[in-house]
Formats: sequence, C-alpha cells, structure tokens
Amino acid sequence: MWDLLQYGDQGYGDELIRGALYTLILAASSVAVGLLIGLGLASAKLAQSPVVRRLAFGFTAIFRGVPELLIMLVVYFGVGIAINKIVGMTGYESRVEVDKFAAATFALGLVFGAFSSEVFRGAFVAVPRGQIEAGLACGMNRRQIFFRIRMPQMWRFALPGLGNLWLILLKDTSLAAIITYDELVREARTAAENSGESFLLYGAAGVIYLIFTALSMGAIGRMERWADKGVRRA
Amino acid sequence: MIEVLDTYGLRLASGLWTTIELVVIATVLGFVLAVPLALARVARNPLIAGPAYAYVFVFRGTPLLIQLFIIYYGSGQIEAIQDTWWWPHVREYWGWICGIIGLTLNTAAYTAEIVRGGILGVPHGEVEAARACGMTTRVMYRRIILPRAFRIAWPAYGNEIVFLIKGSVLVSTITVLDLMGQARSVFSRNLDLNTYVIAGIFYFVMIYGFDRMWRAIEARINRHLGERPDTRRKSRPKPA
Repeated sequence: MWDLLQYGDQGYGDELIRGALYTLILAASSVAVGLLIGLGLASAKLAQSPVVRRLAFGFTAIFRGVPELLIMLVVYFGVGIAINKIVGMTGYESRVEVDKFAAATFALGLVFGAFSSEVFRGAFVAVPRGQIEAGLACGMNRRQIFFRIRMPQMWRFALPGLGNLWLILLKDTSLAAIITYDELVREARTAAENSGESFLLYGAAGVIYLIFTALSMGAIGRMERWADKGVRRA
Repeated sequence: MIEVLDTYGLRLASGLWTTIELVVIATVLGFVLAVPLALARVARNPLIAGPAYAYVFVFRGTPLLIQLFIIYYGSGQIEAIQDTWWWPHVREYWGWICGIIGLTLNTAAYTAEIVRGGILGVPHGEVEAARACGMTTRVMYRRIILPRAFRIAWPAYGNEIVFLIKGSVLVSTITVLDLMGQARSVFSRNLDLNTYVIAGIFYFVMIYGFDRMWRAIEARINRHLGERPDTRRKSRPKPA
C-alpha cells in the first residue's frame, strides 16, 4: 500500500509534490494580489470622501459575507460569459475560457484583500497620535511621517492578523480543486480514484498541508519577533 | 433573475433549509465537543493537554475539503460499514452524515481554541476570589470561569460560526444538496450566472442576519457590565 507514495511511475509521490508546488504558487500569487487589494481598500476606508469610504466598507462586507467557493465560481464562469457577451454584441462569436489559475488567484485575492483591509486599517489607526504629532513637530512632511513612523510600526500591529489570514488562505487554495486547477487536493483526488486508497492519499495530502502550516507558523513567529525588536517587554 | 427564482426557487429554498440544518447541528455538536477539548488544552497534565493539542493542530492545519474527503471517501473504502445492518437505512443520507461529522469535528477544533482563549482571559483576581470563597475547582469552573470565558469569547465565537456557514458549502462536493449543491446543479443545467448570484445573496443575508443577532445577544449578556466606572474598565483584558 505504501508504495503508492513512491516517487516515479509506480507511485503518486511525484504527482503529490507537483500538486503541493502548485498549491504554494497559487497561495503566493493570491497573497500578492490580496495585499494590493487590501492596501487599496484600507486607504479607501481612511479616505476623506464619505462616498469612497462607504464603497470600501460595502465591498468588504460583501466579500466577507459570501462563501469563497461561490466567489471563485462566479469569477471563473462569470468573467468568461461576460467577455463572450461583450464580444457577441460586436457580431463576432467568441468562446473565451478564463484561465483556472487566474480565476482562482483573483477570487482568493479578493477575499484576502477584503479581510486584510481591516487588518491594515486597524494597524494604521493603532500607531499612537502623539508619535505623528512628534513627527510634525520635527518638521517631517506627510510622506516622511508615513515611511519613517507609520510603516515600520504598522507591520508590528498587522503581522499577527496577516499571519492568520495567510494560514486561512493556504487552506482555501484547496477550493481551486473544484474548478479543476491541478493543486494538491485535486492530485490527491485523482490518485485516490485511480488506486482506491482514499485514506492513504488524502492523508498524505493532509500531512503536506500540516507541514506547510507548521512551517508558516514558525516563519510568522520569527517575523513577529523581528517586527517587535524595537519594543520594550515587561 | 426572476426567471431563475421562478423555475428553481423551490430547489434553492430546499437547499437553504439543508444548509441551515447542517450549520445548526454542527454548531451544537461542535460546541459540545469543544468545551471538554478546551478544558483539556488548559490542563497541566501533558497526557491530557497533548492529545487535545494534536487534535486542534490537525483539524486547524488541514483544509476542510480534505477532511470531508477523508471521511466520505475513506468510509466508502471500509467494507465493514457496508456489511452492517444499518447501512441500507443510512445509505441515502451518507453524504449528509459525513458532512455533519466533518463540519462538527472541524468547528470543534476552532471553537476549542476560542473557548481556551476565553478561559485564559478570565482575570486572575476572579479566580483567586473564587478560591478564597472556598469553591472547589468544579464549582469555580461552573460558576466563575466558564460563564466569564464565554462572554469574553462571544465575538470570536460568532466569527467562527460565520466561517462555519461559509465552510458548509463544501459538503456540496460530497453529494449533499445544500444551497451550494442546489445552485451548482441548477447552474449545470441553465448556465445562468444569476443562479450563483441568488445563492450568494441568500448566503449574504443569512450571514448578515446572524451577525446582527449575535451582536444583539452580546449586548444582552453583557448588560450587567455596562455602567461601570472607567477605572475598572482599564484593568479588564481585551477579548481574545
């Protein structure tokens, strides 16, 4: 039974490792997209204009209140349908299919962005006012205050929240299996269906996720210690 | 959108009912499982705390989708289950049963961590006061620590239930026709994106309504904490 996990033609070890790699690639690209969306949304929430703020909060509420899988399916099928309709209006026939990887990245990025915007907003507000005023008193301009005072400390407040979101995202990449992107769960599923050994293959995939989670937790801990190095402890 | 509701409204509504059923049952069972788990997590004896930690680590460290697949397809692999006298009776609902088991075990792990955070958040002074009054550990947990811990954990627990509602869509991958399952089966027929939009609105309203209710209950169970002088509020720890 265990030889099913072998690397090479006899086993599914290489398929699982490839799936794990695709999982990591999807998670990393979703984080990149998600951080951009999150920072954009957070600055919109802190904007002067009440309309912009309302829109940003509404956007967050929607992407936090709708299941991730549903968002992914709508992005995956919806964008293609929309493109085909628009092209159809010009008289041409089109059968655009959206790339699975792009759809999964965008959907997971939207969700990550919605949640992380709250983390960023909280971190931005958490920097004490006195320090900002001190910066002004030293004659710094807004840019200098942002890069010298706010940014370095924002990380300290944002890291625990972002770390949690990363752990959630890592597991949410498994949803991409449902739109048939070849990540870890889908590779395990194909292997389990071919061999009939569900426990073993899903278990192996589970162990890989546990390793990723454990490594991530270690890395997040180190980053938090790094970000906290300027803070006095009791 | 109206056409979709007209033709498939009943199916979506029955899916909605299944989703509510799954979430309510899994929440209750998960909570029942989570409290002893949380107590085991804070135990001093490593033989008790260790297994509880392992359970929480495994269920929080792997995707719910994998957990559901292991339970559903794994149980299909065990022939002994199919030989039992009760198998023909439950066969039709096996996906539903596996869905309940998976959601329950998963949410129990997250809830245990939340309850543990609540227990650790109870101020030392209150524990010492309970001891000074001569309470045994049992009585102290029942009267002081747990009621306080639940109040501290309440907002985080609400978030977990929202995650459970959102996670429940995954049972559609193991043949359960919950709201997501119905939406997917309808979409495979009519290829009308409005189907998913309607399902999304259902989920959104469900989660929004739940959130409102949860906050209202929070305000009610904490009403005795309302009018206190600021000096005491400062010493109160922030909820986990």
